[in-house]
Amino acid sequence: MGFCLMEGNEAIAWGAVASGCRFFAGYPITPATTIFNTMLKLLPPVGGVCLQGEDEIASIGYCLGASMGGMKVMTATSGPGISLYSEHISFAIGSEIPIVIVDVQRLGPSTGSATRGADGDIQFLRWGNSAGLPVIVLAPADAGDCYSLTIHAFNLAEEFRCPVFIASNKEIAVTRENVDLDALERPKIIERPMPPEGNPFIPFETPSGISAPYFLPIGGDVIVRQTSSTHGADGYITTDSDEIARFQERLGNKLISAVKRFSFYEFYPEEGADTLVLTYGITARAARDVHREKKLSGKPVSLLILKTLWPVPETLIREKAEPVKRVVVAEMNIGQYVREIQRVLPNKTVDFLGRMDGRLISPQQIIETIDHV
Amino acid sequence: MYSLLNADRPPVFCPGCSHDRITRALDRALLDAGLKGEQIVIVSDIGCSGLFDTFFNTHAFHGLHGRALTYATGLKMAQPELNVIVTMGDGGLGIGGAHVLSACRRNLDVTLLVLNNFNFGMTGGQFSATTPWTSRVGSGFLNQLERPLDVCRVAASAGAAYVRRCSSYAKNLSKEIENAIRFQGFSILDIWGICPGRYTKRNRLTPQIIEESLAQMPAVDAPIPENQREEYGRHYRKLAAELRPVPLPKKIEAQFEPPERQRRGVMILGSAGQRIITAGEILCLTGLFAGLQTTQKNEYNITVLRGPSITEVILSPDKIGYTGIHRPDVILALSQEGVARRTAVFETLDNTALVIQAPEVTVPSCKAKIHTADFKSQKIKSADWALAALAVLAKMNRVIHTRMLTAALNFKFKNKILESSLELVERVNRAEQAPK
Repeated sequence: MGFCLMEGNEAIAWGAVASGCRFFAGYPITPATTIFNTMLKLLPPVGGVCLQGEDEIASIGYCLGASMGGMKVMTATSGPGISLYSEHISFAIGSEIPIVIVDVQRLGPSTGSATRGADGDIQFLRWGNSAGLPVIVLAPADAGDCYSLTIHAFNLAEEFRCPVFIASNKEIAVTRENVDLDALERPKIIERPMPPEGNPFIPFETPSGISAPYFLPIGGDVIVRQTSSTHGADGYITTDSDEIARFQERLGNKLISAVKRFSFYEFYPEEGADTLVLTYGITARAARDVHREKKLSGKPVSLLILKTLWPVPETLIREKAEPVKRVVVAEMNIGQYVREIQRVLPNKTVDFLGRMDGRLISPQQIIETIDHV
Repeated sequence: MYSLLNADRPPVFCPGCSHDRITRALDRALLDAGLKGEQIVIVSDIGCSGLFDTFFNTHAFHGLHGRALTYATGLKMAQPELNVIVTMGDGGLGIGGAHVLSACRRNLDVTLLVLNNFNFGMTGGQFSATTPWTSRVGSGFLNQLERPLDVCRVAASAGAAYVRRCSSYAKNLSKEIENAIRFQGFSILDIWGICPGRYTKRNRLTPQIIEESLAQMPAVDAPIPENQREEYGRHYRKLAAELRPVPLPKKIEAQFEPPERQRRGVMILGSAGQRIITAGEILCLTGLFAGLQTTQKNEYNITVLRGPSITEVILSPDKIGYTGIHRPDVILALSQEGVARRTAVFETLDNTALVIQAPEVTVPSCKAKIHTADFKSQKIKSADWALAALAVLAKMNRVIHTRMLTAALNFKFKNKILESSLELVERVNRAEQAPK
């Protein structure tokens, strides 16, 4: 066994390439820039394309064009860039354009603190589109997760034809650590579904049994339409209210009904524990220390680390919280995902620990919250 | 006659709209260029020009206001053989100005047709980037305060290789469009037209006035000689073909037993320019050579060669959770501003802790053992103090030893940098051995 040294951002880039990503466009922004730097080293020599956009709007726009041209695409930014992406995120959701979007979160609001971490965009990622439609958000806790979850992100983007976010954090992205590349989870690569031969291609027709329309690239032998306007199956504007309602419903359901298949997590149950610590992202690492320490001290707590944040893996959360009376939610913001836990677990005591000052939540703070009754 | 127009979806422009003429001229131009529907994508954005993609039996990509050139760029890079034609109004030209400039500078083989009718037709005739200041528009007096943009002169100065302006009523309109499409590189055709729904309700504009106005404009004639150069996509692929694939990061197998097989936290407190982050990486690598796990958490300001720079490295035989260091085992104090960022941490140190202090750096009083390194008399530059301090640490056989450090340097550096860093470690070793 041997280790290599990698930061989270590099692990995302390697995961993307392993997924078959061959197009990246981004605009320099701390702390996401090293994803761009790494993609620029990796993609052009293998026939891929890495572009530096004139701004964030252009960067994601290039990606949407290239994705419709048939390539697997990724972009990466931080909170200020996600703000500028918003219009195109809505486009990718409504027009079912596969794309992986990395948000290396930094301390906001606004330009905030470029070199300090936070998990302050968790609700923003969910609700930052103009229809309020669901999105997929995956949250890595370390460099290994960055690699594996990026592959999952591509698979989900391709299968469901939607944007998939990776909610990273400065404290994962530019923190170096040892990685055992041979031990990492490498999910099987999934390609976007192509239509069966024979029938005429209708760009947004969704036969029953599949969750997203079949894909053919713009530029191929069969003519393809793509549009940001409210469209019918044929890709032309529709004003038929029934058709519009069915379309909105399908876009909502295709992810929410499938979340059980991609509810990624780590769970450390302890018999007799009356408290479950529930967390995600960088805070999961402090929580792992707490779990070990509490076990040694004879007052064990269970630990659930969520790696799929949106759609909320409600069944999973209910199931894992079932034996305990109390759930302690720790996150690097002033209270975002805890709202979902309160909603999903109305009959449990939900205590909250948050921090939004650029510093990590420490194991000691989590222990204090657990012990404070 | 063969046509690429979609018989099921005839144009729906206002009677008398010059967009209708452009639609038909574009069809003619595509046919004359010998193109089939599947060889073409029409990329459009918002406004009346955004309807164009629906009238043709070609690939189509309709997106957000002013952003058509961004999709066109991605499509052309993904499908180099595809003929990419963008239709955009004077509204899209304004809101997407940054994309227009960047397309001109880049010279990717995309054709931009600007359907310039001097106002926002769809939303009520507000003024656009090309509205004359004398016009009466839906934005009250505001257009009197701004000058219209001549997109052709802007494009030419931004590096566009092919720039033309013409009237929607020109007899050779389809030929103008065909020439722009046939050009191998970024081409922009500024087509002046009439918006009967909004603009000519309050402003007099006729084909003849357009013709006379065009004649008074500064001459631009495609192609622009000084802007001729290689097409972006071909150039990109040529440069990329010279690059070698990058291998996965190399694995490091354990080669040494470390001096201490316990979790150890090392904090390096310095300033930007002292290669603090690089020293932290080297420390991580030394750990890997002893089979230890490691994390490196950094803190620095956004400024580049100014301000404090701090790195916190953990080396541990076990998997590392929390990456912060509450009570360091070792502090390398290399600059006063670095120390100032972590004043409180010195209070946590007990008598097993070690502080290696660079010349002229003072640390808060604490219980740790203090070792002052005499880098100045050894003539070591401040930029090398972080590595030198690691060499001192290794020489003291704390956390790391010199063979681990040497292995890390051999892994990280090559040639001259390797030689000078090994020489530095050697120099520090000799000095630390010498009687004080």
